[in-house]
Parts: sequence; C-alpha cells; structure tokens
Amino acid sequence: MTARVGVVTFPGSLDDADAARAVILAGGQPVPLWHGERNLHGVDAVILPGGFSYGDYLRCGAIARFAPVMAALVPAVAAGLPVLGICNGFQILCEAHLLPGALTRNRGLHFVCRDVRLRVENSSTPWTSGYCGGQEITVPLKSGEGAYVTDPATLAELEARGQVVARYADFPAPNGSQANVAGICDESGRVVGLMPHPEHAVEALTGPGRDGLGFFASVISALAVA
Amino acid sequence: MTAGPLTSAQDTVARAVATPEHRQPYAELGLTGAEYGRIREVLGRRPTDAELAIYGGMWSEHCSYKSSRVHLRQFAEKAPPSAALLAGIGQQAGVVDIGQGYAVTFKIESHNHPSYVEPHQGAATGVGGIVRDILAMGARPVAVMDALRFGPADAPDTRRVLPGVVAGISFYGNCLGLPNIGGELAFDPCYAGNPLVNALCVGVMRHGDLKQAAATGLGNQVVLFGSRTGPDGIGGASVLASASFGIQKNAEDSGESAKRPSVQVGDPFMEKLLVECCLELYAGGLVAAIQDLGAAGISCATTELAAAGAGGMRVSLDTVPVRDASLGPPAILMSESQERMMAVVEPRHVEDFLAVCAKWGVQATVIGEVTGTGRLQMTWHGELIVDMPPGSAADDGPVYHRPLARAASQDELAGDDPSALPWPASGAELRADLLRLLASPGLADKSWVTEQYDRYVRGNTVLAMPEDAGLLRIDEQTGLGVALAIDGNGRYCRLDPYAGTQLALAEAYRNVAATGARPLAVTNCLNFGSPEDPGVMWQFAEAVRGLADGCAVLGVPVTGGNVSFYNQTGGTAIHPTPVVGVLGVHDDVRRRVSIGFAADGAGVVLLGRTSLELGGSAWAHVTHGHLGGRPPRADLEAERALAAVLVAAASDGLLAAAHDLSEGGLAIALAESCLRGGLGCRVTLPGDPFTWLFSESAARAVVAVRPGSDETFATLAAEHGVPAHVLGAVGGDSLVVDGCFGIPLAELATAHTGTLPALFG
Repeated sequence: MTARVGVVTFPGSLDDADAARAVILAGGQPVPLWHGERNLHGVDAVILPGGFSYGDYLRCGAIARFAPVMAALVPAVAAGLPVLGICNGFQILCEAHLLPGALTRNRGLHFVCRDVRLRVENSSTPWTSGYCGGQEITVPLKSGEGAYVTDPATLAELEARGQVVARYADFPAPNGSQANVAGICDESGRVVGLMPHPEHAVEALTGPGRDGLGFFASVISALAVA
Repeated sequence: MTAGPLTSAQDTVARAVATPEHRQPYAELGLTGAEYGRIREVLGRRPTDAELAIYGGMWSEHCSYKSSRVHLRQFAEKAPPSAALLAGIGQQAGVVDIGQGYAVTFKIESHNHPSYVEPHQGAATGVGGIVRDILAMGARPVAVMDALRFGPADAPDTRRVLPGVVAGISFYGNCLGLPNIGGELAFDPCYAGNPLVNALCVGVMRHGDLKQAAATGLGNQVVLFGSRTGPDGIGGASVLASASFGIQKNAEDSGESAKRPSVQVGDPFMEKLLVECCLELYAGGLVAAIQDLGAAGISCATTELAAAGAGGMRVSLDTVPVRDASLGPPAILMSESQERMMAVVEPRHVEDFLAVCAKWGVQATVIGEVTGTGRLQMTWHGELIVDMPPGSAADDGPVYHRPLARAASQDELAGDDPSALPWPASGAELRADLLRLLASPGLADKSWVTEQYDRYVRGNTVLAMPEDAGLLRIDEQTGLGVALAIDGNGRYCRLDPYAGTQLALAEAYRNVAATGARPLAVTNCLNFGSPEDPGVMWQFAEAVRGLADGCAVLGVPVTGGNVSFYNQTGGTAIHPTPVVGVLGVHDDVRRRVSIGFAADGAGVVLLGRTSLELGGSAWAHVTHGHLGGRPPRADLEAERALAAVLVAAASDGLLAAAHDLSEGGLAIALAESCLRGGLGCRVTLPGDPFTWLFSESAARAVVAVRPGSDETFATLAAEHGVPAHVLGAVGGDSLVVDGCFGIPLAELATAHTGTLPALFG
C-alpha cells in the first residue's frame, strides 16, 4: 500500500504543491485536504505546508488553528497520526498547542531566504528516521517570523527529552532562534514542526540538493512498517 | 456596504444636458482645455462628473499613451516575423508559444512615483498590478522579477526608499507565493528624487486558455470581484483629484476633503485568493472575458471591455461594493483599490461563478450586463450618470506628436571621452580598481536584497539571482523551461539613447542565451522624464527606434510594454532608462548553464571582440565619477552569433559555466564567476590589461569549457564567426591575472559582500 499523505491547503498556503511533489518523489501519494472540511479522508499522515494562511495578518497561524480541518486533525493526532508542520505549518502547530513555544520576528526584522545547514538532532521521529543522529543537511530557510522562542523551563524539557529535532548548524541562527532551534517535536515524536523547508530540497535541479527528501521518505517507510 | 443615495451634489446626464455652462474641474484631472472640448464634442454636451472622471483617467498619459503612441507603432511595424507570437501589443500582455502546447505571457510595469511617495506600498502594489495583468490573460503567474534604481547608495533618502521598496516587494511577492527570480539594482544621482521600480511578471498557460478582454454576448453579466472599492489611489493615473470634485470624506460635512493617500494599499492575501479563484473559474469554463483593474480602476475596465466588444455595457454603479459609503460615482470610477477583477459571464454560469468565488472567500457582485446599444451606460440608483461611446475613452484618446529636439548637451557629452582619464597602470592599480568596482553599490553582491525574496516557492526555480537570467522549469517531465532577463543602462542611454537601448536589449538577450535558452520575445518598460521637454522626447523617440530596429535584427518581436514619463525632479530628468526584458525558451532545463566556476580544470574562454570602449562604463563611473564619450558599439549581428554559440554549446553539454560581460567588463565577470562557483581561475590577457579587464565592449561572454571539449567548442565558435580567446583555466582559490595580480577568493568575497549590509543594515 502506498502511504497516503494529506497536504492541507489553507487560504494563503503557498508551498502545498511543493509538499505534494516531495511526497511523490519520496514514493508516497499526496492527498489534498481543504481547510474548510472537517475531514482528513483517511490519510496516514498530514503535512501543514508553508505560506501565509489567512494572510497571517493577525499572528502567524493564529487563525488557521481554528479552521475546520484542524478540528479533525487534533483528535487524529491524539490517536497517533504523524503530522509535519513546515514554516507556517510549524506556526500553526504552535498556535494549536500541539507544540510548545512560538515563532517570532527574525532577528534583523527582515524576511530571510537562504540555504542553511541543519543538524538533525533526533532521528527517531517518524519524520526523521531516515537520517542519522547528528547528520548535517542543507535546506532552504525562508521566513520572516522564524525565531523560535519558549520559556527556559520548556526549553530545558525539550532538550532533556530529545524534542529538539533539528538545529541550525551555524551559530548564530540566521533568524536568532533560541538555542538555534530549527525544529521540535511533541513528546510522542509524531508531531514535528520545522521552520526550514525540506520540500524545497528534493531535487538537485531546483534546490540546494536532495537533503530534504529524508523527511518525506522517513514517514513513508515508518508508515510501511507500522 | 454599498454607496449612498444620489445627493444634490451628484451629476446626471439629464443635469449635464440642462446645465451646459456648469464649470468643471477638467484641469485638476489633468485634461487640457482642448481635450475637454473634444469630450464635449464626442458627447454632444458637457460630460457628467462621472464621465469626466472616466475621460480624465483614460486620457491620462499613463492609460492613453498619448505622447508615446506615435513612436510605439514602430514595434509592430518593424516587428520581425515570428511564429511564436499568439497575442501581441494591445493585449494586456503579449503571449508567446513556447512549444509542447504551452504559452507564456510576460510584461513589465513601472510603479515609480508611488514608490517614492510611499516606498513599501508603492512597490508592493506594483507587484500586485503586474500579476493581475498576467492573470487576466488566462495564465497562472509563476514568477516575478524587478528592476530597481535609486539615488546614491549613501544618500539619506536612499536609506528611506530602498529598504521600503525591497520590503514592499518582499511582503507582497512572498505572501503571494511567486518566486522572485532576478532583476537589477542600480544607483545613480539622477534617480535621487525619482527612483525606478519596475516589476515583471511571467505566467504560463496552455494554448487554449488564452482569455479575451471583450464584453461580448448580449445579456452576459458583468461581475466585479475581489476587494471592495475604497478611496485609495484615486486619481493615481491622472493627477490628484480635486477636493471640489465630490471626493469628500462625508457627503454631509462642510466640504472638508479627506486627504487620503494617492498610493494604493496592497493585500497580497486577497491577491493570492484572486489568483486561485480565477484559475478555478477558467478551468470551469465560467469566464467569457476578463480584465484586471489597475490604473483608472473601473473606468478602465468598463470602457476597455465595452470598447473591445461589439455591443455596449450597462452598469449599476451603486451596486459596487465599497469600503466607504460616502464614495460618489467619480471616486468609485477613479479608485485604484487593488486586488479587483472584472469578468463577463454568461447568465447560465453566474451561479457557478459566484459559488467558486465564495469557495475562495472572494466577494463577487453582478454590477451590469452586456447590451446592444454600443454605448457604455452607468446608472446611480436608477439615474443615468454615464452615457458614452466606450471607444472614445479607451481607444480614441488624444494622440500627440510632441516636439522633439536633440539637446545641444549631447555633443558636449559625446566629446568628453573617458579614455583621457588616468588609467591604472601597474598590476597593483589594476587590482585596486577591480576590488573597488566589485565593492561599488551597483556591482556589489545583492544578497541583502535578494535574500528578502522567496526564490523557491512552486519548486520550479532552476536559476535565480545572481545568475545571468532567471530560469524556470515549465514541464517536469520534458524539462521545457523559460529564461528571463531584464536589463537597462541609464548611463549608456544618456550618452546615446538609440545605441543605449540596443545595448539594454543586447544584454538581456545575451543573459538569456548564457543559460542555454533561445531568446524568443521582448517586453519593455520605458522610463523617461517629461514628454513636454523636447530633449526628453528626442531621447524617447531614439530609444524606441533603437529598440524596434534592434528587435528586427535579433529576430525577436516586442510583445508589449509600458511607458513611464514625468520621471524628473523639477526641471531635471532622470537618465533615459528603457528597461528591456527578454524571454527565452529552454528545451531542457537540466542542461542549464550557471555563471559559477565550479569545474576544476575547465578552460576559460572569452567570446567576442574587445576594443577600448569606456564611455558610460562602470570603471569611469566608479573610479572617476565620469560620464561622457560614446557608449560601446551595439553590434547586434555579433550578439546573434554569440547567442547561437552559447545555446548550441549548452545544448551539446560543452559548457561548465557561462557569464555575459556587461558592467565592469571581464574583470567583474571573472570575479563573479569565481565567487559564484567557489573556484578561482588563472588567466593570461591577450593585450593591454586595462582594456581587456575593464572595457565594456558588447557581444561578449566568458565561458568555462568542460575539459576535453576545447576543440569542439573552438570549432563551434569559428563556425559562427565568434572570436574565442583561450584565457586560461578554472582552479585554485584565487583570481590570478598573469603578470598583473592575484586576488584570493576570500578577499574578493569580502569586497563584494560587505557593501550593501554596511549601507542598509
């Protein structure tokens, strides 16, 4: 069975087509999910793609968390559905309290589009199992509000439990992220939020390389085993 | 919210007939007495306030091309035969067949004046406007580019304008989900009070998807959709509207006018919804005709749609959704509120049309229908306020043969030859000049700007800044793609607008070919001072003639363009600055060629003829603040041959890198290629080092030939009659010019990358 990976389109989602392409290149079947439907169509995993949901005019992700599709997603997550939030998707996961902390304005206050080196810190989540722990990969970062922030106690817990999934390898982080955090997961490891864009590093022709494909291949093989 | 009822202040056709002597503020709307007289003649009475607003917008320089039209005809008259052109000048944007059933549409537009007044919104809405132009052709917009020109980089006002413009483009383009794949950034004192913000958009469609902008089909419904109409940008196309013209904050107040900004405010989220909504409407076959709302807003959309159709159109203007209930008919007609489109829809499709709009959260309102009267009629709560032949506003505007005269200063300028300037003689001096140029704001690394733009979204960007051209994949299976470059050079054009414009065309053409793409078509944005100045008008006429002649030689037609006049501060005009965009087709983007020297041992070969040509050069500008002499010779036959070599060599896989030579000559090209690819090179120059390093002779490129392909490549170049000088090889970690100097890559990088961050933070 080919893994069916849902890709949610909110009004203002931009990288939904890119995420779907990445799923195909990793051997899965992308399933478009619509923000206004309280229905996940039986998918095996979900990606919340990058973009500016609802224009992000209030606070990034603050409106998207109330979308009908999120009402279906939250209980599915509790039941074990793997979810990857990329960029705006990460912001939405934080707003929905599926992940702790928040993404704030970049240090320097400019939007930054740059290829960055990441260190995969946790390779035991369903989204990162195809990487080796400590592996360095290059993927694009492109965001204006990508600086991860949380309180010291939560950060200490994240570190202690191995919930920091990926870190910017170069110091300081291009957006001023706390502890250079680029991505985190929930306690189960199934919900992952990542600020950089692995879906833009799946073909050597159009990205800095193919280092990002591992996120999509990981979940597809994890689903095949499960 | 809809507009309020008719008040005594509002003007109807009946009242216009009854009060022929009523004084009207035509001058405040930018119309001359003669133009106003002609309107009265066309209508057989005085216009209503609403009609005057329509004519004021449509007969503005911006919408009517009244000063430029007589010159622009050359683009069609001299156009080379091209089987690729599916729609040309006169459409909202030209459409080019790129094969495999795909068509591409592209266009540049200026948003210069708004960007000076309010840099962020001015630049943002410039992007929004050109994207809707492309969308209205039936295409999916797939990328944007921008050509930016500012005053001196260290001038205080540039620090206000540039960061705002860049942030505006970043805000709008990124939120809209369009990759920004290239452009230009230049600085010159002539742009200090008049920055140039030119935005290009490219879109893709299947052949059958081309949409018309003509209101046809009796009984078809006219639907306005997108944002509500507000009081922003009123009179942007003409001049600031008169406060006595019914544009009042509150109809009841004592006549105190609302001094609203004439710059529009952009909502890229709404534009993204509008894009997806339109594409779904097109796919469903629900649109009979469509037009975007840009300059002159509803005035332009209704008159142009009606004029292009055979019948007429009737619009209930009071049904237009507004953001401010006090807006009267003239304000609604003139408003340039963003993110609006107008469609003509068959009655049987209206329900489905509105349903698609509702799905995307886009407000849509039926405001009128196609009639058989041949007239554009508008009512306001049942009373007739507009009754005019639509073509009189859309097509038959005034046409001026403005006086033109070559200014005497042209000769003085031409006589001031830069070869009299002191040259760098020693290797150390040459080295210092190279580093100085490489660090100068116009040639420095542009990452400070380009990192604020998303170049990855949609996943089809094969090449983007700082490559010679942007390259997009169109078909994932076949590798079909398009390359785009935009170039201009105000200094060359100041010295000789005819040659300068051809050099801009040649550079964009060369840049496209350097990636391995075949140049196919041309668009342009002509930025000039006041057309009422005969010297400026001469520059304009020469530029247009140069471009038309150049396109004929290169075999690439002009598909459309934009004219921006009145770019001047007081009596001082900007340099004539035509910006030329060239689109090419790439048969297989997997064979794209980058500018970067990354293949160790590849042979460095200089293509083309080099002679001492320093007029308008970056060297004269940066090291001596000098502008004079003659620009480099534009040899378009040589350009054509060079492009043929570059395209064939890319196709045959002979090249590891290719980089066009332009500003800063070979010196800058070599430095950029080393920095981009991460490898140095060692070269030996065939003659006088200064000439070979810094001359800006056109029709040249430097290439890195794959090891083992040298002979094949040499034969190819010889077959096309293109001189090929083997200079050396790629390798090492320095740029070494034998007998002159060596510069470590790290030193080049420091010089190149430090400038813009130091200036703009």
